[in-house]
Amino acid sequence: MRVGIDLVSVEQVRRAIADHGDHYLSRVFTPRELAETQSEPHRLAARFAAKEATIKALGATDEGLGWSSIGVAGDAAGRPGLELTGAAAELAQRRGIASLSVSLTHTGDHAAAVVLAGARS
Amino acid sequence: MSADVVEQIRQVLRDHARLPVDVDGVDDHADLFQAGMSSHASVNVMLALEDSFDVEFPDSMLKRSAFESIAAIASALTELGAVAA
Repeated sequence: MRVGIDLVSVEQVRRAIADHGDHYLSRVFTPRELAETQSEPHRLAARFAAKEATIKALGATDEGLGWSSIGVAGDAAGRPGLELTGAAAELAQRRGIASLSVSLTHTGDHAAAVVLAGARS
Repeated sequence: MSADVVEQIRQVLRDHARLPVDVDGVDDHADLFQAGMSSHASVNVMLALEDSFDVEFPDSMLKRSAFESIAAIASALTELGAVAA
């Protein structure tokens, strides 16, 4: 089992949207994340934290994964889960990761995420 | 690294890296993350570099080491053909 954690300033997300608009949103977030969050900064901040926490849990800070290859997606009960695609999915496969769990939280100012990565037994 | 390229990178860092220290006092080889750049701020820096140098970083280059210092950024831009080697 490996763990990753990240903390993000909501204000930085708000400013990134103001400074870079769609260039930022489309580069970092999946279409599903943009739809589920309605691009609200505090909710996007939590999702960015989840991406970084996932990269840490995978031990992949220098693997060159696009942020949009890691997405938070809620299940039918509204619980957040992680969806990996492309390079992130391939890396998780190579590293023998069988399961990923994520927990998100935010205040008005900050958002955080913790990710647990479980290896195949 | 040409002085003009370094200054252009420093300007992007002044505007987007949100360092708690003066960018002018940061050595070209100093670790920007150690200097206080957050992972999210590095996204802003990457997007601003794309605008400033008219390039696009492929996903394979979106790694911590590519943005960890002014020299590393200059090297990445050289690799992309945005600046002369």
